Amino acid sequence: MGLENQIFESLPDVITVKLDAVINWARKSSIWPATFGLACCAIEMMNSVSARNDLSRFGAETFRASPRQADVMIVSGRVSRKMAPVLRRIYDQMPEPKWVISMGACATSGGVFDNYAIVQGVDKIVPVDIYIPGCPPRPEMLVHAIMMLQEKIMTESVKDRRDTIESESRKSIVPGTLPVTEGTALESMARLSDVKPYTVESKHERRRSS
Amino acid sequence: MNTEVLQNFVTNLKDENPNWVLDVKDALGEVSVTINGEFIVAICWFLKSKKDFDLLADLCGCDRGVEDDPRFEVNYHLFSTKHYNRLRLKVLLTEDEPKINTVTSVWRTADWHERETYDLLGIKFENHPDLRRILLPSDFDGHALRKDYPLRGYEPYSLT
Repeated sequence: MGLENQIFESLPDVITVKLDAVINWARKSSIWPATFGLACCAIEMMNSVSARNDLSRFGAETFRASPRQADVMIVSGRVSRKMAPVLRRIYDQMPEPKWVISMGACATSGGVFDNYAIVQGVDKIVPVDIYIPGCPPRPEMLVHAIMMLQEKIMTESVKDRRDTIESESRKSIVPGTLPVTEGTALESMARLSDVKPYTVESKHERRRSS
Repeated sequence: MNTEVLQNFVTNLKDENPNWVLDVKDALGEVSVTINGEFIVAICWFLKSKKDFDLLADLCGCDRGVEDDPRFEVNYHLFSTKHYNRLRLKVLLTEDEPKINTVTSVWRTADWHERETYDLLGIKFENHPDLRRILLPSDFDGHALRKDYPLRGYEPYSLT
């Protein structure tokens, strides 16, 4: 007699459980990250799925090349002003439920790059769930971040993770700052005079430049 | 290093038109010729067609400082793939009028170089086929490599 049979005998056919608990448990067991490396942190990110650190123990080893199949975006490195709208678009393309890990000092706060070219913290572009300090963080720290994210997922509710309404997502298209393909509808939008850079309201206080 | 060959080019330039050459610097085996910006296309055509400078190795701008007048300079690094000669042309531009004619008609490669110089220093290349930003975002405010540009940029563009 195997273990399964014993469990089946001891358990009833039907059990009552919170829906959130089951769904969250399923979600946290396979968090697929989007393949999105930006700088030197990406090297550590790649290392975290290698044999030594083996992120697959936590179900997060499958880096998807398409944001449509990804659950978590690991922002690994500095985000330039020019990359910001691209990053936001990738985030918008990811289906709910989706999470963001800000990996390293640059993604979290701009790091040593306190200048006009680098976004001072990726939380000005997308909502961030987990911040990892370090420059770059070791793979262990990324593994720890994934574990923290799993803990966070278990505390969430299915109701919090609805897909955004499409019209809302459309608004986040940034004419002018995104690379525009010639001959597309976006091209005429890019020529509008009231084109504004991509700015998302941040709950964090804006830092003053001197 | 012997710069006799390069000095010959300068002499050729002077013979062709005495207004072309303003100043010559011969240092470290390199010759830098400060030329009159009005004649930039004619000079480049002359050097390319008559003296085999068939490659524009680099075109870059320089901000010499807010106090300096003329404030900007544009450098043309020419190279001859036939004779392996290198020559540097310099054009000085004032802050009020940072304009110069494009040399895209001479070397097609100047297109992107001039866009970069325009993008980062705000030097306008007249008659350029497509003068717009190349490195910075298209909605960027100002020119980042100017000495008076604040490191953190202007609000709210810097997202700081």
